[in-house]
Amino acid sequence: MIYYIGAFLLIAIGLYAIIIKKNLIKILIGLDLIASGTNLLIVSIGYVKGGTAPIFSKGNILAKMMVDPVPQALTLTAIVIGASELALAAAFVVILYRHYGTLDIKKIRSLKW
Amino acid sequence: MIYASWLLIIAMIVLAILSIEFKDLIAAVVAMGAVSLIISLLFLFLQAPDVAMAEASIGAALTMAIYIIVVRKTERREK
Amino acid sequence: MIRKITYGIFLGIIVLSLILFFAAFPFGKNKMAVGKYYLKNDINQTGAANVVTAVTLDYRGFDTLGEVTVLFAAATGVAILFYVLEEDKKKRERQVYPNFVVRVGSRIIFPFILLFGSYIFIHGHLTPGGGFQGGSIIASGFLLLYLAYPGERVNRSKLSVVEGIAGITFAGLGLWGLFTQGNSFLFNFLPKGQLNMIFSAGILPIIYIAIGFKVASEFAGIVDDMMCEAVCSGGEK
Repeated sequence: MIYYIGAFLLIAIGLYAIIIKKNLIKILIGLDLIASGTNLLIVSIGYVKGGTAPIFSKGNILAKMMVDPVPQALTLTAIVIGASELALAAAFVVILYRHYGTLDIKKIRSLKW
Repeated sequence: MIYASWLLIIAMIVLAILSIEFKDLIAAVVAMGAVSLIISLLFLFLQAPDVAMAEASIGAALTMAIYIIVVRKTERREK
Repeated sequence: MIRKITYGIFLGIIVLSLILFFAAFPFGKNKMAVGKYYLKNDINQTGAANVVTAVTLDYRGFDTLGEVTVLFAAATGVAILFYVLEEDKKKRERQVYPNFVVRVGSRIIFPFILLFGSYIFIHGHLTPGGGFQGGSIIASGFLLLYLAYPGERVNRSKLSVVEGIAGITFAGLGLWGLFTQGNSFLFNFLPKGQLNMIFSAGILPIIYIAIGFKVASEFAGIVDDMMCEAVCSGGEK
């Protein structure tokens, strides 16, 4: 239950960074916080109280006492995709800095609102 | 166990707030890496060892390296 | 001001969805039906001890193929963006060489990192871990080498060959299962073997090894693009 609250707080903080902050790297950090919070939320949906990890490592571990494997499999791919997208976004930030000489989105004119 | 998860989540929220409030961008990025590390511990508490390994090796190592390279190539202070 | 109002609206949406979440998914209670089905039929249908591996590669294998494709597209995008910048010769940054301990220590540690990463993706169907984790561990080993020896580069054409062979292995196994054995993409045509042995679960270990090589070469390429743009401008792509 505390996991839900923590994940939603992470999403709220990341959204704050994206909307209020004006530095491009802070915006990237906000995107990463939102991704982490979403991953934590999805994994905590699959948790079963008192469950074990979904691995048949011994004969006496039955399928009945395992946690849900589907959210874990989804999150596994989401983490890798998130990292590669972040690398692409970081490349865009470097190019914007080369072009405009600043990281402030107020000064990069087409992003002002 | 349950108190450990409470403590970790409170530390995670504090680090997340610090990571968007630090003026020094390197410090902000290191705080972000600490958030990823704590999240990987929470995945371990949630009985997801696969996801915990992925988050620890990708989120806390490679992502932080990419951020630090970007900060080095641009500017370090947020004005 | 308009930013604060927008954030307030979004914060309201977040709090509302938190309340709805508590109502819809109570924490730690029931599993989804599809999760129960996978857990019940995993040993008979795939033979992998790690159910997360079975879901990632067997039940949702097509999804994973698309995910690897997204990773390839992102790595190519990073390479393209930095290739354009290579034309205008920017200022050369000051080269800082690390000290003796870092250089020699990284040489000693690097084979063990490779060994650890390969252990993780070879045993992906038995223990926690797999291609994504092992591949990223190997890529962080390459990152260590870049930090210890700035100015040196990996051979990009060999990385591309490794990446291509890994991708062809994944898609080729899927197509082989589709056309010759069963009538579905990524049909598991090898024998299932005994549970918890290393030669078990049919084609799943082969696919995870291919994914490990592919993820390792993609992330090493991304790190190479970023690092080399930072310290050694004007290198050959």
